[in-house]
Amino acid sequence: MYQVFRPFIDSLRDLLPIIVVIGFFQLFVLQQPIPDLGNLLVGVFMVVIGLTLFIRGLEMGLFPLGENMAYAFARKGSALWLFAFAFALGFGTTIAEPALIAVAAKAAEIAANAAFIDKSEEAMDSYAFGLRLTVALSVGVAIVVGVMRIIRGWPIQYLIIGGYLGVVVMTMFAPKEIIGIAYDSGGVTTSTITVPLVTALGVGLASSIKGRNPMTDGFGLIAFASLTPMIFVMGYGMLI
Amino acid sequence: MTAFFIHLWQVMLGTILDVLPIVIIIFGFQGLVIRKPVPNMRKVLVGFTYVLLGLAFFLVGLEEALFPLGDLMAKQLTDPSFIYAGRSVPELIHWQDYKWVYLFAAAIGFATTVAEPALIAVAIKAQDVSGGTISVWGLRVAVAIGVGAGIALGTYRIVTGTPLHYYIIAGYVLVIIQTSYAPKNIIALAYDSGGVTTSTVTVPLVTALGLGLASTVPGRSVLIDGFGLIAFASLFPMLTVMGYAQLSRWRASRNNVHGDNKGG
Repeated sequence: MYQVFRPFIDSLRDLLPIIVVIGFFQLFVLQQPIPDLGNLLVGVFMVVIGLTLFIRGLEMGLFPLGENMAYAFARKGSALWLFAFAFALGFGTTIAEPALIAVAAKAAEIAANAAFIDKSEEAMDSYAFGLRLTVALSVGVAIVVGVMRIIRGWPIQYLIIGGYLGVVVMTMFAPKEIIGIAYDSGGVTTSTITVPLVTALGVGLASSIKGRNPMTDGFGLIAFASLTPMIFVMGYGMLI
Repeated sequence: MTAFFIHLWQVMLGTILDVLPIVIIIFGFQGLVIRKPVPNMRKVLVGFTYVLLGLAFFLVGLEEALFPLGDLMAKQLTDPSFIYAGRSVPELIHWQDYKWVYLFAAAIGFATTVAEPALIAVAIKAQDVSGGTISVWGLRVAVAIGVGAGIALGTYRIVTGTPLHYYIIAGYVLVIIQTSYAPKNIIALAYDSGGVTTSTVTVPLVTALGLGLASTVPGRSVLIDGFGLIAFASLFPMLTVMGYAQLSRWRASRNNVHGDNKGG
């Protein structure tokens, strides 16, 4: 019996900090009752079920799938196809990302207010779409570079620190209004489904290539995917 | 109740649309390039279904119950009538007046990160790969501390109105310095944990806090000051995860020394 409920208890424990924080601030700091307690409990119940299912599905579906792709490409031995896959994965998962669509629309609004572009629906839409395309391209490129790094075994810090220097330099030249959006865009590109898949791919690649260590070389793809959008978005803000 | 099921259905459709490109790319490459069936196809499909259902339930639960409350609290805590209870809003703001905001930022940053599904995924992988040297909970708590500290500092920045890039650039310099001292095998994971912290749970609540703060603190602009909290939340976990690895290494070496003494 305990075995059945164990995952649910784990999920409830994962959620406990949020409940404690919200309860504490609501009751003791703001000194107000919890509105609609019934609804809150239903919500918490659903979150617990959802988290439990997600973790189960992760271990059954996403992890094995990512690893199998990595092994299959390693066996095939064609780096070109692997790069094509890496690019498609990065580009494809980003272009339709809802968080990115929201950020792009916000950025278009800011650009229109700052008079970089016309304040018409059309100009704003095309600006937002261009931005999404730019970010998706940058994530595609990021995953390709990340996969190349795993194959070659380059130390990650030189690439990432180099990228940061790029961010710092771009910050000096980019329009002030775009900087906050650009910095935030790095965080929105990696969705909850992409992260496990890309992580499994990286770790799988590193463990199937001789001389690579899955711990040292397998991680890092997400880091690239969060870095390049900042540079590309600032570049986009400067060009247009 | 019907409204609730309609919401669930909409979210489920949205999640399916999100996953569609991934499914097309993976099965396209699998069929056209690799040309071998996926091993355990049925199990993988069931797993995919679990992930979709799980995410939909998770998001609806959050949106129905926790987000509205968190949103409301962010608004109330940043409201001048709460901060200056009874007093008039001064010409020159003092950052100390916002102490509950910083505390809330740190607490909510920590709490939402612990429940972040993408981070759980990376932590499970890291525990597998490291053979247990890095534990799922150790990594998650380290990241959560980073996010909490980052967001608290981020709200302080909004209150004081200092430029975002000073903080971020200083943070990068710290990351570079710490990278040269941290154990080599943690670096990639530490850099990754910056990117995974900010997805489904953390972003909406943190954005509400940032925008609420920027719109109520006198002299702040929503456009220039409202954003950037996410950037703090991605930067600080790198520092804390490297710190966690340094701490584990230090503890391991101390234990070894003790073991040797006993042996000798």
